[in-house]
Amino acid sequence: MRSERPPNLFAFLAAVGVAFFVLPLVGLLYRAPWETALGDLTTPEALTALRLSFVVSLAATALALLLGVPLAWVYARVAFRGRDIVRALTTLPMILPPVVGGVALLFAFGRRGLFGQALDTMFGIRLPFTTAGAILAATFVAMPFLVLTVEAGLRSMDRRYEDAARTLGASRWLVFRRVTLPLIAPSVFAGAVLCWARALGEFGATITFAGNLPGTTQTLPLAVYIALETRPEVAIMLSLVLLAVSLAILVAMRDRYLRAF
Amino acid sequence: MLTAQVALRLGTLDLDVTIEAAPGEIVAVLGPNGAGKTTLLRAVAGLVPLTRGRVTLDDVVLEDTARDLHLPPERRPIGVVFQDYLLFPHLSALENVAFGLRARGVAAREARARAESWLDRLGVAKYADARPRALSGGQAQRVALARALAIDPRLLLLDEPLAALDASARGEVRRDLKRHLASFAGIRIVITHDPLEAVALADRLVILERGRVVQTGSPTEVTQRPRSRYVADLVGVNLLRGTATAGQVAVSGGASLQSAEGVDGEVFAVIHPRAVALHRARPEGSPRNVWRGRASALDFQGDRVRVGVEGEMPIIAEVTPAAVRELDLAEGGEVWVSVKATEITVYPA
Repeated sequence: MRSERPPNLFAFLAAVGVAFFVLPLVGLLYRAPWETALGDLTTPEALTALRLSFVVSLAATALALLLGVPLAWVYARVAFRGRDIVRALTTLPMILPPVVGGVALLFAFGRRGLFGQALDTMFGIRLPFTTAGAILAATFVAMPFLVLTVEAGLRSMDRRYEDAARTLGASRWLVFRRVTLPLIAPSVFAGAVLCWARALGEFGATITFAGNLPGTTQTLPLAVYIALETRPEVAIMLSLVLLAVSLAILVAMRDRYLRAF
Repeated sequence: MLTAQVALRLGTLDLDVTIEAAPGEIVAVLGPNGAGKTTLLRAVAGLVPLTRGRVTLDDVVLEDTARDLHLPPERRPIGVVFQDYLLFPHLSALENVAFGLRARGVAAREARARAESWLDRLGVAKYADARPRALSGGQAQRVALARALAIDPRLLLLDEPLAALDASARGEVRRDLKRHLASFAGIRIVITHDPLEAVALADRLVILERGRVVQTGSPTEVTQRPRSRYVADLVGVNLLRGTATAGQVAVSGGASLQSAEGVDGEVFAVIHPRAVALHRARPEGSPRNVWRGRASALDFQGDRVRVGVEGEMPIIAEVTPAAVRELDLAEGGEVWVSVKATEITVYPA
């Protein structure tokens, strides 16, 4: 890169831009009750929310892997009519306001929803206000990150390795398991981490569809929101936990996101 | 015995060829880039479906579009050494060779032992645990050959087996490859764009150009009687096409050549550049074929100079640098050309 001196106006606006991102972090760190940190993090509400978030985000990632890897494979390898439209629909949650996703989930899988009613009467399954519902909401918003990352990995791999495996006698399933999956492992891992991070931070769809029941659907972001009213120091400490996780992911994925193109 | 009738379209390529190979034969498919060589190999291996055609190997029908039959690649007894070798980067050399055996249901321990013996046969046993990225080009090629042979194929296909190597390693690897190919009893087909490689490795050449077979025969037949501009250029001779009547060959453009051979009809005429003499003035004496032209290009190649002569019958002559000085040859200068009738090889087109 060729370095040069910025015009004064650009230097000023760029500095304001940086401050805009850094000041909130400073505020958070400044107000953090470091002396009582451990106590705040180990209150029953905080521990319950931590545990629940852990379960919900991991379950959502597992579900996204199970459905998302085959979906990415179909997008990358099968030319079918309307592929772009279908892909757009499954990518929509990335830019859709999460609360809209929550409302949509409610009218699909809610107790009076299109499919929710059938689920209830036929199988006795009720998703709203359950942990399963929270997992569903998190998967809904987080899975597109996995699908897009894995699809990109599949598109950029050298498919001739798969040809070589076929000529050696491997069935398509064996080729996928022994050749394709190992070759795209970095993309699958990156996609899973991004998906997990998004699931961990999920708020809007969860509170709309699954509600805010401590121990059942009240994940970390929901607990932060509630605690802000009653015990701000707990809210700050939980926020810092989420911040630390995000920072760790950014550092771990620096090759993907911190390097300039 | 392999018989492959292959017709398919892929992008701008229109491939329509029939190739045959006898048991124990080594066939080289030689052609310029884009002729359809790799597509032909992929079609025989079952990786590209045919639009029309039939592939049989030792009386087993692998593909027949008339009967809507297409055996998938994993069920064809064909070993392939791909261009760039395509060793699986996440597996060791040994695991690469054992892959085909494992895929065919051979137990892990047995597959490992057989893979080890294949690596040993090809002289790369000590790299068994190495990852492909740690291997040199020549080592990787042997591992790829071991991997293809380990499944006990009836047909071995090699796609540009030497193209991935740098020039300094090529000669030695070619000799090794020839030796290892000789130890495999089945049919071997080598795809290449390098005539040296084709002549060194193969019993028979198949020349492929723009999706069609233009010539087939032993290396000697093909090089002595080229049937296309591509082969003539590879061999470095002048190739003319015309109609022969009683020793007189009328070539396109209105010119005519006197030949000593008694072939009539549509013919090819080959003239070696060394047999083309150049003169400052119209030569006298025995040569029957004399015409005037303009030196268009002088190409110095060590102790010889190739001179392109334009005119009613364009031709390339090969003379010594001393002759160039004597003739005072310059690009664009006028020159007389003569060729003895006995120096022209004529054969039916």
